[in-house]
Amino acid sequence: MESELPIERTDPTDQLIALAGNPNVGKSTVFNSLTGLNQHTGNWPGKTVTNAHGRYRHKDRGFLLVDLPGTYSLMANSAEEEAARDFICFGDPDTTVVVADATCLERNLFLLLHTLEITDRVVLCVNLLDEAKRKKIHVDLKELERRLGIPVVGTSARNGKGLEELKDAVYHFAGRQASRTHQETALTPLKIRYDDPIEKAVGILEPHVRGLLPDRLDSRWVSLKLLDGDETLLAAMRKYLGFDLTEDPALAAKLEDAKARLNRAGIGPELFRDKIAAKIVSAAESISRKAVTTEDGQYLERDRKIDRVLTSRTFGIPIMIGLLGVVFWITITGANYPSQAIAAFLFGIEDRLTEFFAFIGTPPWVHGALVMGVYRTLAWVVSVMLPPMAIFFPLFTLLEDLGYLPRIAFNLDHFFKKSCAHGKQALTMCMGFGCNAAGIIGCRIINSPRERLIAMITNNFVPCNGRFPTLIAIITMFFAGAAAGPLQSAVSTLLLTGVILLGVVMTLAVSRVLSRTILKGIPSSFALELPPYRRPQIGRVIVRSVFDRTLFVLGRAVTVAAPAGLIIWVMANIRVGDLSLLSQCAGFLDPFGRLIGLDGYILMAFILGFPANEIVIPILIMSYMAAGNMLELDSLDQLRDLLVSHGWTWLTALCTMLFSLMHWPCGTTCLTIRKESQSRKWTLVSFLVPTITGIAVCFFVANAARLLGMV
Amino acid sequence: MDHYMPLNTLPLGKKAKVKILTSDPVSRRRFLDLGLISGTEVEALQKSPSGDPIAYNIRGAVIALRSEDASGILVEEAFEWA
Repeated sequence: MESELPIERTDPTDQLIALAGNPNVGKSTVFNSLTGLNQHTGNWPGKTVTNAHGRYRHKDRGFLLVDLPGTYSLMANSAEEEAARDFICFGDPDTTVVVADATCLERNLFLLLHTLEITDRVVLCVNLLDEAKRKKIHVDLKELERRLGIPVVGTSARNGKGLEELKDAVYHFAGRQASRTHQETALTPLKIRYDDPIEKAVGILEPHVRGLLPDRLDSRWVSLKLLDGDETLLAAMRKYLGFDLTEDPALAAKLEDAKARLNRAGIGPELFRDKIAAKIVSAAESISRKAVTTEDGQYLERDRKIDRVLTSRTFGIPIMIGLLGVVFWITITGANYPSQAIAAFLFGIEDRLTEFFAFIGTPPWVHGALVMGVYRTLAWVVSVMLPPMAIFFPLFTLLEDLGYLPRIAFNLDHFFKKSCAHGKQALTMCMGFGCNAAGIIGCRIINSPRERLIAMITNNFVPCNGRFPTLIAIITMFFAGAAAGPLQSAVSTLLLTGVILLGVVMTLAVSRVLSRTILKGIPSSFALELPPYRRPQIGRVIVRSVFDRTLFVLGRAVTVAAPAGLIIWVMANIRVGDLSLLSQCAGFLDPFGRLIGLDGYILMAFILGFPANEIVIPILIMSYMAAGNMLELDSLDQLRDLLVSHGWTWLTALCTMLFSLMHWPCGTTCLTIRKESQSRKWTLVSFLVPTITGIAVCFFVANAARLLGMV
Repeated sequence: MDHYMPLNTLPLGKKAKVKILTSDPVSRRRFLDLGLISGTEVEALQKSPSGDPIAYNIRGAVIALRSEDASGILVEEAFEWA
């Protein structure tokens, strides 16, 4: 978990604004619209798991906006809820904006009411008003404002409506708080009153707690939490304030006394929590009953109809696999031509560079290292990687925006349950399709540590975008060739879908094995929300997936590929005895490589590809080329010839694909696992489990095929 | 109380009112966060392909629960006047 609150004002006059809200309420849209490009977000919008922050100016004031993880409450039931609560409590925000879904206001008010218990400085932003209007739900903002006693602004962030008003409200609110002129404060924030015995118990504690706490913490809320026995808050106070409230002997005595009184009134710890929760729920209920009017109760019908098809007994899973296939087909078909065009263009530049180096008369090794090593590897990375990513990412983001991913989790949950794993593991698996490191971070949505570890260890079984192009290239070269014309991409699609399904099956199988062995246990309870289907904003999907994902992943690949290209070139050109260092290393790895259906060069490419999977194929090409056969390569056909001339058969291709699907996680992912699990042991396990699985599977496949005389 | 039934046995399309939560404390908290308190109306909406989990309409949100979790929520089917 993030242990720090890493937000610092760059300008001391900046107002610090926390943005809280349930998941799926368009909080990230509000955040993006307010901050524009002026932000440092994670690369996976919609999955805000660390505190993304960004700046904006309004009138004469600067605002630093912090996007908190989407949560349903601040009860610290999960790492995300704890992170959100800690920031509101100890991050000292000047204002907290709670974003709520107008179509589902009642439930969103729970979080608002929790927030109001912690701080008075809250602005409510009722978002998705356009959607509410379509569903014939009317929200009376004035009535909300009157009942809650805080500023309430209505927005449709997707269309940019209401954002100026939101900025104004935050501006005025922040200004009012700063000048602390109380006569201006016409509004008195709502405080929920609990049953008498609870209020009396709070009355015993609060005066004493107030003396011990800094001003900005609400003593009433802290008293309630003490009575609740919330250990996470005490731990957070030790961390951020540096002292332990319960070590104060006088307070400890009062707490004892208050708890005893509650017990005498028949309110034990469990009932206490129930009563608090029930009060908040019924307050939300009565407020929304007054402020929300629904003309037509049938607004859920459209979504239900879609769900009845997409999650039906007969069609649910076939449709899911079909959609996956369609995405792959578009990616494979669409990527082919740009890939060749980019390769032709970049290798054209290579020739110009060669001429240039000859013209300025540098020594041959400079040209060799820079052009034949660094540039060539870069050119391969870009031409192999960019087109499939630029097509796959937007399509995937589109499915995500439509709200389809939770339906995948819904469809697959039964299988995860059988593997004694968490149902949300299907979601983290989907995130892994984009990037395994993102999938690992996404595992925070799983609360149970056992199930989170299972999800983290198995995340690598779905190929990330760095591995897709490798798979696509090999399939196109070795398997799709058998079919001609338009059938070719259909065959490729089927094969790729098959590989992915194998990855999913392995995820389930390994999860099951882990649940029976080193991570024994039963599945914990969970609730999976199926949010309403939403029309995606095509423009924003493209911008987001290209800038935040494609360019980020490509940038990382390029950063890693440049030095790797240099290393390959140097290794190919330093001779030890008769052979180059490259051949020596490959020769050393060769026996083991052959044992599992690969060869020494392939294995070395995977090892050198540890920093980023994207560079495996480019490194392989460079190594083979450096090993003697200098060819002009500008199409996959010639690439295929290169591989075949190094002894590749369909079995080599198959084993390379299997090993690509199942081997160690990339460097970034390993670091992320280390950070998220806080454990070297589990990082090592996450490294070993897919690696050993991959070696075993490849060994089995290669030797079975050889024994059967298939090669 | 003998006419209470576990939520996972509520037929699709039927509505019921929550009566008692018999789940363990951690699940209880999660259910309370969803707004499942005594008297809350829930409706069974949709089964997943394998029949479990089932999606429910809980306070306007669609929430899927596994059968062993839903079985800790005892409900009383809403009586429909003909």
